[in-house]
Formats: sequence, structure tokens, C-alpha cells
Amino acid sequence: MVTSRRSFLNRATLSAAAVALLAGRDALAASHTGAKGDASSDIGILNTALALEHEGINAYTLGAQSGLLQKPVLDVAVRFQSDHKEHRDTLAGAIRKLGGKPVDEKPLAEYAKALHADTLKTQADVLNLAARLEMGATNAYLGVIPSFKDSGLAKVSARLAADEALHWAILNNALGKPLPAGGMPFGA
Amino acid sequence: MLAAQVSVARADAERGKQLYESRCIACHSVDENRVGPAHKGVFGRKAGSAKGYDYSAALKKSRVIWNEKTLDRWLANPERLIPGQKMGFSVPDAKDRADLIDYLKTVK
Repeated sequence: MVTSRRSFLNRATLSAAAVALLAGRDALAASHTGAKGDASSDIGILNTALALEHEGINAYTLGAQSGLLQKPVLDVAVRFQSDHKEHRDTLAGAIRKLGGKPVDEKPLAEYAKALHADTLKTQADVLNLAARLEMGATNAYLGVIPSFKDSGLAKVSARLAADEALHWAILNNALGKPLPAGGMPFGA
Repeated sequence: MLAAQVSVARADAERGKQLYESRCIACHSVDENRVGPAHKGVFGRKAGSAKGYDYSAALKKSRVIWNEKTLDRWLANPERLIPGQKMGFSVPDAKDRADLIDYLKTVK
């Protein structure tokens, strides 16, 4: 009970920090009002990122529900899913601030089909899927940075990329895989 | 020496596959629509035509046909090729684009 209360408080604090990322960004909406095209472009990219987070959250749900993950790996997966929920809330908040509509999450069954969840047979299969998605997400967040009209959103994208890289590194280590051959393995 | 230089310049589908699996895999796969559309059969296909994928209005009405030239322009700057698109991700390096495109030719 204490753990869950503490976890709840931590999540509340983290959510406030995520919102604080956008504090003072009311100017963001104002700066875009006179240039509707600019806001639409950033909203589009943010919604693509949000769709990515929806998929990530559901991928971890599929992993947790598979029964293949054992403690403490299961605890790590739940923690990473929590990070993605924070990302989701941050992105959805940014989209609303810009006057856009956040893209909806799909049903779990659609993610299960798209990610071939029926092929997951071992804990390593689940971790490999998660690691691939985290690596892809890192590169995706770094790759869209030049496309943002607003530099504040570019910074948000960079911070999200850092989280995904952290996830990938821990998963890669859990799988016993070697470090990348050299520095700067992401975002080329 | 000259033959080696020529082989370095040629597009490399195997390297393109590795790039696909590190850069594109977050949103795309060959067989399934995910955040982005499935890429099976993309080469030679009209933009915005992967069955079952919810494209942006811009892609739906685009008349672009995906070939080496259009894919290179798309990957270099998607918004410049098709304004109003929702991908946003670009591949700045020309060799990376060439290798990715060479790989995409093979996913039929």
C-alpha cells in the first residue's frame, strides 16, 4: 500500500514536471496564430510521436500480459511503460496547447496484430521487441528535430529521445548484448 | 582500387536493411500498418495508397509515384515534397537514402 501511494505521488510529481516543460509555452500558441501552417506542421509531427507512444505503451502491456516476463524484468517493463505514459501526456498537452486534437489510441488487439505478439514465446522475445522499438523511437525523436518550427518542441523531442535511449540501453544490457561499436550510435 | 571505389558508391540494399531496422522500425514495418504505412510493394506505388492505412489528407491527394527520385526527395525533406504530410522524419545523408531506397526496392 505504501509503495503504491508513493508510486502515485511520484507519478503526480512527474506529471507536473511534464506540464512544466510546457510552462510559458502559452506564447507557443500565440506565436503560431498568425501562421496557421506552422502550427499544423508541428501538430502533425507531435501526433505522429503521440501515435508512437500509444504503440509503445501497448507493446509493454502486451509484454506484461504475456506472462513471459519474470521479476525484476517485469518491474522494469512496468516502469518503462510509465515513462511512455508521461511522454504521451506531455505530447497530448503540447498538441492541445497548439489548438490541435491528440490522436486516439487504438484497441490493444490492433497493436497485438501489428507487432506480431503471437510470435512472442520467451522473455527474450519480449525484450528484443521492446529494445527494437526503443531504438527506433530514439532515432525517430532525433530524426524529427529539424522538422519542428518551434525550437522548444525540438528540445522536448530531444528529451524524449534521451528517455528512449536510456530504455534501450537497459534492455540491451538485460539481453546480454554488446555495446555499440562506437560513439553516437543514434540519430545519424 | 577503382573497382573498390565504385562498389563503395553503389547503393547497398543490405546496409539499407540495417538502416531500416534502426531508423524506420519505430513507425514502419514491411508487412503491417503501424504508426506509418507498411512498405511492402512501396516501390512503384502511388503515394498514399497502402491499403488500410489512415493517411494525411496531403498524402491521399498526392499524385507522387514512389521511385528512386521521389523517395530520395521524400526522405531528404518530406514536407518539401508533399506539404502537409505527417511523417516529419528525414534522412540527411545521401548515401543512407540511397541504401534505404535500394532496400525498399526489394520488399515486394
